[in-house]
Amino acid sequence: MAEPRPVLEMTGIVKEFPGVRALSDVDFRLFPGEIHALMGENGAGKSTLIKVLTGVYSLDGGTVTLDGEAVRITSPLEAQQAGISTVYQEVNLCPNLSVAENIFIGREPTRMGRIQWKQLRRQAAELVDRLGLDIDVTAPLSSYPLAVQQLVAIVRSLGTGDGTGDGAGGGKGPGTKVLILDEPTSSLDRDEVLQLFALMRRLKEEGVAILFVSHFLDQIYEVCDRMTVLRNGTLVGEHLVRDLDQVGLVQLMLGKAMGQLDELHEHQLHSDAGETLLVADGLGRTGGIAPFDMEIRKGEVIGLAGLLGSGRTELARLLFGADQPDTGKVSIGGKPVSMSAPNDAIDAGVAFCSENRKSEGLVPDLTVRENIILALQAARGWTRPIPVAQRDELVAKYIEALDIRPANPEARVGQLSGGNQQKVLLARWLITRPKLLILDEPTRGIDIGAKAEIQKLVVSLSEDGMSVLYIAAELEEVLRLSHTIGVLRDRRLVAQIANGPEITTSRILETIASGEHQ
Amino acid sequence: MSATTQSPTASDSRTPSTASRLLGDRRLPVAVTALLFLLMYGVGLSRYQNYGFGEPQVFLNLFIDNGYLLVAAAGVTFVILSGGIDLSVGSMIGFTTMFTAWLVERQGLPLLLVIPMALGVGALGGFLMGYVIHNFEIQPFIVTLAGLFLFRGLCLVISKESISIGDSSVSSMAQAQVSLGMGFLSIGAIVSLVVLAVAFYVLHYTRFGRRVYAIGGNEQSAMLMGLPQGGTKIAVYTVSGFCSALAGLLFTLYIQSGDPLHATGMELDAIAAVVIGGTLLTGGSGYVLGTLFGVLVLGLIKSIIQFEGTLSSWWTKIATGVLLCAFILVQRFMTTRKKT
Repeated sequence: MAEPRPVLEMTGIVKEFPGVRALSDVDFRLFPGEIHALMGENGAGKSTLIKVLTGVYSLDGGTVTLDGEAVRITSPLEAQQAGISTVYQEVNLCPNLSVAENIFIGREPTRMGRIQWKQLRRQAAELVDRLGLDIDVTAPLSSYPLAVQQLVAIVRSLGTGDGTGDGAGGGKGPGTKVLILDEPTSSLDRDEVLQLFALMRRLKEEGVAILFVSHFLDQIYEVCDRMTVLRNGTLVGEHLVRDLDQVGLVQLMLGKAMGQLDELHEHQLHSDAGETLLVADGLGRTGGIAPFDMEIRKGEVIGLAGLLGSGRTELARLLFGADQPDTGKVSIGGKPVSMSAPNDAIDAGVAFCSENRKSEGLVPDLTVRENIILALQAARGWTRPIPVAQRDELVAKYIEALDIRPANPEARVGQLSGGNQQKVLLARWLITRPKLLILDEPTRGIDIGAKAEIQKLVVSLSEDGMSVLYIAAELEEVLRLSHTIGVLRDRRLVAQIANGPEITTSRILETIASGEHQ
Repeated sequence: MSATTQSPTASDSRTPSTASRLLGDRRLPVAVTALLFLLMYGVGLSRYQNYGFGEPQVFLNLFIDNGYLLVAAAGVTFVILSGGIDLSVGSMIGFTTMFTAWLVERQGLPLLLVIPMALGVGALGGFLMGYVIHNFEIQPFIVTLAGLFLFRGLCLVISKESISIGDSSVSSMAQAQVSLGMGFLSIGAIVSLVVLAVAFYVLHYTRFGRRVYAIGGNEQSAMLMGLPQGGTKIAVYTVSGFCSALAGLLFTLYIQSGDPLHATGMELDAIAAVVIGGTLLTGGSGYVLGTLFGVLVLGLIKSIIQFEGTLSSWWTKIATGVLLCAFILVQRFMTTRKKT
């Protein structure tokens, strides 16, 4: 009992992609009857590890043992047959089929090739019953909410362990030894999460080892026994959940001790309040971000801090009308604005630089000039083309002001470096002279020099009276630039802190970890 | 078998309400089409009673005159249920008429030998299209469009002119009547009903059939659920190719000639019948029984226009267009309802 044998042991796992080492020498073990959290920021290697385990990716090094035997898993089907089942974030079932059929499709009980529907429904009902769920298995899956569909996905995954056999699996013990739940809670509400947790605990009692991935720290602490933390593809450590508090966990995930972060940030942003520009009142969206209030003044820089997936981008998208809010209202310059589409926001003077500059912002095959002019042209409407001379002058001005290199308006944007692409995107929005500029991760993936230039630009824009909503993964960056720091956690704006000398990154970290600001 | 399923408890809020279940019931569109058929039949009865519309044979003629369409549409039902489309049906039918007529008339092969050959060619054609669609991940629309041109072209390779069939075995088979007491059915009509029954069984009582629905519901999911989605897709087009060839044989019997321009555009009639029969073009939802009613509705439009006498046959197309449009709007309404 002291140290039971792990059902799954992964040792020295290495996975390489061209130019990147996604996992280097990672150890991971999983005991029967435990719920084990896999923690780490995006890009830390969580998904890669899961995909290696489930045979989606092949191993480049290391060994996997299951029940003490070395195994080599090369496809999801093999993983299922070995007793490793996965339930993904999106429900991978067929909404048009009945619940019973979704549980059994691919291994329906048949006699002489004829599907035995009565037997199938009875077995499905028994299985659902045994797990304490109250679901009518004859109803189509699409008639149930997402949460129930998720539960059905888990029920399905439990039956898959015993392969073809008598085509049943229902009623008898689960063939699944390891159940991987990859972000199952991201689109569930609180009650639905509790339902899921109840099922997880039940399976845990039956001896199933559960690997649980979630961005929500509270959920980890609520349901998990043990956790493994990854960072940049390496193992940081394995801890019992009760031995590591949330602040400690966040530090492990970000890889920075509090002490190291308590360093200089002497910025003197003149925070003499301008007039109020934007007021958000109870703005929120189910599954996006909980309702929040926010006030942005003219010339103010508001930084958003929080872990990835905490709702930073969702908040910004609401303010831009890219997603429609369920609740609340926005007024800009004292006038209410219906944020039903980005057009409304653009008309009201809001500009949004997306974090995915490649997929959501720039058109790589168009030239620098065409990319810069795009938003201004859109604002004027396509019937009123911008005069050529005026256009060339504007483009030249911004290429110079932002120091875009090469300073050639005819260069194709796709060939520019990341930092210069970012500047082109910025120029596009600056040219429309917005009142509020939303920058979502403007410095991600660009070199230090370009980073500093963009930060300088933000400061000078703010001095000119433009308000900026600044989202960045690096806390130092947020602290250095912002007048006010909005802290997000678990899709909720938990605090808005006025920046000042006494605010340090560790204070912000504590707020992120604890969810409240002292 | 007793008490095989749980009865939904009234107190459970998660169990969908009766009303929403009825509206969301996938059988509803089939019922609507069946109702439409009855309604049109009723209108026909009241208007043309004196011209013999009430004769049972008028009803049976619907099967005799549209048997080939029913067979083709049954094949297309598989394809559409899987989320694909097959545009090569009409050309395949045309090609089969030419192929059969040429072998029987010009080469003097016995009909019983030609039939399996024609079916084999059709199935092979479908298999190749399915293979290309799956292995090269190309839109079925494009691949089967290529099939459409290819088979129509092959018709003209065989002969530029139509070949009428004088073979006695063909004409005797074409004229054979199976008496039902109140009327008769042709061999073609019987074959089409058998095909319908087989299609129904395959779709609902075999793993292959359920995989067709699963792929149409969500192909990505079907793959992640460990279903052999590639093989299923190829099989679906093979079934459609086979059905097209069989429809071509029935059409040859019906019209007793091969012509390079036979059945031009019939793929669209087949698709229209499937859609009017309540199958979603996006795949995953529908019944082959609905396809039967779709074919019957199209056939009935033709009959009514014939009985009317003064209307040009183009009104068939216009009525089909209007119906198709209406049914697609109904589908749209139903799917958006389901999502909310």
